[in-house]
Amino acid sequence: MADTTLTEGAAGAPARKPFPLAGVAVPLLALALLAYPFVFRLPFQHNLMILVFLYASLGQAWNILGGYAGQSSLGHAAFFGVGAYASSLLLVKFGIVPWVGMLAGGLVAVALSLLIGYPSFRLKGHYFVIATIVLAEIIYILFTNWPFAGGAEGLFLPLLPEGVVNFEFHSSKIPYYYIIFAILAVVTTVVFFVERSKLGFYFRAIREDPDAARSLGIDITRYKLIAMALSAFFTGVCGTFYAQFVLFIEPNNSLNFMLSVLIMLIPVFGGSGTLWGPILGAFILIPLSEFTRVYLSGAGRAIDLTLYGLLIMLVAIFEPRGLWAVVTRFRSRETLKWRFWKSQV
Amino acid sequence: MALLEVTGLTKNFGGLAANQDITLSVEDGTIVGLIGPNGAGKTTLFNTIAGLYAPDAGRVVFAGADITGWPPERVCRAGIGRTFQITKSFRQMTVLENVMVGAFLHTFSPRQARQAALAAIEKTGLLSRKDMLAGNLTVADRKRLEVARALATRPRMLMLDEAMAGLNPKERQEAVELILFLAREGTTILLVEHVMEVVMPISHRLVVLDYGKQIAEGKPEAIARDERVIKAYLGERYRAPG
Ligand SMILES: Nc1ncnc2c1ncn2[C@@H]1O[C@H](COP(=O)(O)OP(=O)(O)OP(=O)(O)O)[C@@H](O)[C@H]1O
Ligand SMILES: [Mg+2]
Repeated sequence: MADTTLTEGAAGAPARKPFPLAGVAVPLLALALLAYPFVFRLPFQHNLMILVFLYASLGQAWNILGGYAGQSSLGHAAFFGVGAYASSLLLVKFGIVPWVGMLAGGLVAVALSLLIGYPSFRLKGHYFVIATIVLAEIIYILFTNWPFAGGAEGLFLPLLPEGVVNFEFHSSKIPYYYIIFAILAVVTTVVFFVERSKLGFYFRAIREDPDAARSLGIDITRYKLIAMALSAFFTGVCGTFYAQFVLFIEPNNSLNFMLSVLIMLIPVFGGSGTLWGPILGAFILIPLSEFTRVYLSGAGRAIDLTLYGLLIMLVAIFEPRGLWAVVTRFRSRETLKWRFWKSQV
Repeated sequence: MALLEVTGLTKNFGGLAANQDITLSVEDGTIVGLIGPNGAGKTTLFNTIAGLYAPDAGRVVFAGADITGWPPERVCRAGIGRTFQITKSFRQMTVLENVMVGAFLHTFSPRQARQAALAAIEKTGLLSRKDMLAGNLTVADRKRLEVARALATRPRMLMLDEAMAGLNPKERQEAVELILFLAREGTTILLVEHVMEVVMPISHRLVVLDYGKQIAEGKPEAIARDERVIKAYLGERYRAPG
């Protein structure tokens, strides 16, 4: 109980911080990505990275709920879709700028998530997943049959003069690139802080053992709802971005089940419950799917899903915690060697 | 009035009466031992007090508040900490992180939670293992972790469910010292323990359960001489000295 041991413990920890390269690698990577559109100038190259960032953001948003809080959702397309529809309807029907629509989209997604979350968090394990699938499917059907929202034909957004205010860019995709890059940076920063805060500790505790978490005073339903709301908000924001990017939404491009699957696969593949996992996942899976689609044209769609399946199986067999765990394993082996070496001198 | 007052508590699992009309009280600042053979209903009683199960009848009053049927998180905030007989560690989190979860009950600041957690870890002798993943701990250390984590919530009363099972004699001695230390610090303790040699000397009072019924309550010396208890549970092996 001596104070010395306490202070020793407190001082001993920073040396073991999980990202010793954070101060160097992350800024370098960020700079490289900021320069990317001017190094790679083809629209196709811009498109590719916009999709990577979009899915990384979506994966990161899913990660808050599915990775940290351990509540796997297979219905995130619903939040994406209502985000896309909210801003689009506000724009088309009421002429409200998409930036306001984006906030509205995020908030509508939050409202929906609380509506879904409250009853379904009483369900355990697989039942929660099934509930999210069913509810997303209901949303899909509702929008398909809602004439005001364009029904199954969908909704074209009006072509407006390009510019930041209108959130439309026609001559170049580069502005979209920076916008989605900023969104990814914001979500990742939020996750970074959540991970280190009381919220993050509580999320993980709930994931690891809900009964133990409750015995330590955690109102688990409340914290699951917070995780769900955060997750849904950013997913909804991504939905608005997507609507502005393609300027056309329909249930099949923004509410479909495969989208939900992809939003989950990316962080699970890259490493759910880790800060870098979803980003790593998107950087590998999205280019892979785009390239197979380009080179194998029509058959690509089926092939990339098959490839995904295969990769996921490999990860599940060799490192169920995802690819990022492989990276950290190598790194910790290095630190071990380093410590050993240090202890010898 | 006692700190904890349990009156007529009954809990059935289907046809099985796991707890039948249990009445006991725990005075502030004392150590009370809850004993009984396997399947007597000790863990069930813990879980019902802690809010994991809703009782079928009876009342639980803690520090003057009727906490009957409160959910576990509310019971914890009322000042009851508990450990689990079958340990429930947050396996993918380090020892320090596990205990910080408990400490976050009283603060938003990770730094303060860390300090409080380290203090609890120190008390339970886990300091050298603070950065290990809980999933990699030995059973004995996992038991310690349960205690440290509950301690970090700063309970007025701590309920320990076989916190010493699986410990060797030396570790057991350390655990006993920890319990005595906590009691001196003012924490009231309700403990379930199988090792009689451990419970007898440190408990102020004992409650004996058998087949869901409370068959005796009193001072350890009296319990050790109680014919019903000896028959039901202690057998011939343990008798009060003298
Ligand atoms: N969740 C449950 N559902 C059904 N029956 C249960 C449940 N929990 C306990 N029981 C039964 O209730 C009785 C009391 O069990 P309990 O775990 O409370 O005993 P115990 O005194 O803690 O035993 P041990 O010393 O083995 O830990 C046992 O017969 C047990 O099988
Ligand atoms: Mg038990």
